[in-house]
Amino acid sequence: MKTKEIAINLKNELLNQFEQHFDVFASANSDFVKDRRRKAAKIFKEIGFPSRNLESWRKTDLTKVLSKDYALNLSSKLEKNNIHDFFSCEINQFDTDLYTQVNGWCVEKQESPKVYENGCIVGSIKAAMHQYPELFEKHYGKYVTNEKNGLIALNSAIFSDGYFIYIPDGVDQDRTLQMVNIINSKKHEFVNARNLVILGKNARLKLVHCDDSIEFKNSLINSVTEVFIDSGAKLDYYKLQNKDEEAVILTNTFFHQEADSSLMSNTLILNGGLVRNDINVLLNGRGANADVVGLYLVDGKQFVDNHIYIDHAVSNCTSNTTFKGIADDEARSVFNGHVLVRQDAQQTLAFQNNHNIQLTNTSKIDTHPFLEIYADDVKCSHGATVGQLDKEALFYIMQRGICERNAKMLLMLAFVGEIVNKISLPTVQEYSHDLVTRRLKGELSACDQCSIECADPDKPLVFEIDMSKV
Amino acid sequence: MLSIKNLHVSINGKEIIKALDLEVNAGEVHAIMGPNGTGKSTLAAVIAGREIFEVTEGEILFEGKNLLEMPIEDRARAGVFLGFQYPIEIPGVSMTNFMRTAIDEIREYRGEKPMTAGEFLKYMKEKQKLVELQSKLSGRSVNEGFSGGEKKKNEIFQMAMLEPKLSFLDETDSGLDIDALRVVANGVNKLKSPDNATVVITHYQRLLDYIVPDFVHIMYNGRIVKTGDKDLALVLEEKGYDWIKKELGEELN
Repeated sequence: MKTKEIAINLKNELLNQFEQHFDVFASANSDFVKDRRRKAAKIFKEIGFPSRNLESWRKTDLTKVLSKDYALNLSSKLEKNNIHDFFSCEINQFDTDLYTQVNGWCVEKQESPKVYENGCIVGSIKAAMHQYPELFEKHYGKYVTNEKNGLIALNSAIFSDGYFIYIPDGVDQDRTLQMVNIINSKKHEFVNARNLVILGKNARLKLVHCDDSIEFKNSLINSVTEVFIDSGAKLDYYKLQNKDEEAVILTNTFFHQEADSSLMSNTLILNGGLVRNDINVLLNGRGANADVVGLYLVDGKQFVDNHIYIDHAVSNCTSNTTFKGIADDEARSVFNGHVLVRQDAQQTLAFQNNHNIQLTNTSKIDTHPFLEIYADDVKCSHGATVGQLDKEALFYIMQRGICERNAKMLLMLAFVGEIVNKISLPTVQEYSHDLVTRRLKGELSACDQCSIECADPDKPLVFEIDMSKV
Repeated sequence: MLSIKNLHVSINGKEIIKALDLEVNAGEVHAIMGPNGTGKSTLAAVIAGREIFEVTEGEILFEGKNLLEMPIEDRARAGVFLGFQYPIEIPGVSMTNFMRTAIDEIREYRGEKPMTAGEFLKYMKEKQKLVELQSKLSGRSVNEGFSGGEKKKNEIFQMAMLEPKLSFLDETDSGLDIDALRVVANGVNKLKSPDNATVVITHYQRLLDYIVPDFVHIMYNGRIVKTGDKDLALVLEEKGYDWIKKELGEELN
């Protein structure tokens, strides 16, 4: 039986635009990229958007969000308009090197990626593919393990821009890099962002990725991020998602880890209309370690779905997946954890946990822990819980004179603390703690301003328009 | 201070407390003794406001106010303290933050100025010293990883911090070795003043060697069946609860 395809209109429109504007939006692309784009478009044409008939999309229904009227950014006219909205975001108290994307386009002051004294290269992927074709072509598309995913195929076909980060062998990038992806548009933006992060042998990087929105308009971000972590390298990756209730974020992140490398991936989802994160980790070298943790706080009619796939391909690797969530009102959350331990992956340590608090009867929480083990000398465990706040603890706290609201707050903060406390950067941890507290108190609603301002909420968000570029 | 008249309490339709009367005045120490399952802990829980119990009849007045109409936190803010038989572990909530929040809310309720961070920490140290709680509290979660003795000492420490008017200590002595028992009892004695009252619920006379009660009540089958001075506890220790049962035999049957 032929499965019913969803969002045929949007799909056809995208493919039309792809054909019509290909020469324009891919004009500056190398043959390598052009070729990849065409191949991906062909796959997308075949399989389209994922539907609920697919097991991994059973709980996430895209029909509604894909039936909206989006502004597609493929033609040169739109591109020019966007490129010339040169925003730079003023942030305070948060000591990072900031790189901003607005509506899917990098808006750095200079078009070329920045080259640090230590050799690190950071900037627009669109620029990097010209200036560093060897580096780009060596890694681009190599770590996407799921070619037959319509969203990834679409992204590979029509991605606009994204960030490119290269940390050379042995370099410890002491500046924390912060990538902010802002949607600021009067139209319903459909953004396909593509990011590539390369860590050389024994390199170190701390990367913060924020998805924020400014305008209360429907927007859809479909992003693909590929991360290569060479042997002995260490990456701290923090993803913060704080979008408005109409926003749709679909992300696919691929981490490829070589021997003795180390990954800490921490995803904080504070707001969003529909959020779907697929995080894939391939442990490809002995002694690699991956900590993949996350937190989701959903209320109203928000929907969050996290799919975490850890592939233990070789022996002596460790992985630790911990996701926690709180669901209020009529919100829904889904957690899908899959740990694969291949036959050769002896001496694997793999742990997977998902814990949830359901505040209302009308909220819904799905959790699917799954271990698939083919090796016999391994230590693996998984645990999943859905519960309410501990009534005994509430009584104890209230007996000391604390009102119910604050008692619940203490318990919720304690519950989420495990995830927030795993953030190793003190400034990010402090800031995240503040955000989460405000979120739980109901003071941080869907963003009407860049959430980074929450470090100093009294200070208004300032956009500087670089007039020289207009 | 506390006046309980004709109190009847049920859980799931089963009556646990039957026509209980009790008067506690400022400056007094009361002990409630009695065999297991006679409703001692239920009484303490009802006074603190635990919602699983249903008061079917009677009244509880605290300083003239109807306690049964007050929410849990307001009872605490007005000065009712319950020392838990089994203190709850709350991972992730730090002792400092817990006490800070409680004191802030109590002071606000009483119309007092909030303490500064410095004042609070100093106050906390003083009280810790007063109740001989040597364990380091900062950075530790409420009762998490505390030994049995530490948990009970922590209850007395919280009592010292909150300065309640009426404290119910529910079997605070159970599970304590003799040294810990002495520390807990010393704490209670040091906190005693003409303005506050303490009710200790205990199985054993042992605690009463350290905390000398003005009144000893024996609770049996949901009622206070005998009240006397501290010597009643000694008689009870000697003769056991069967003596009470025998004495009450006719009446109960």
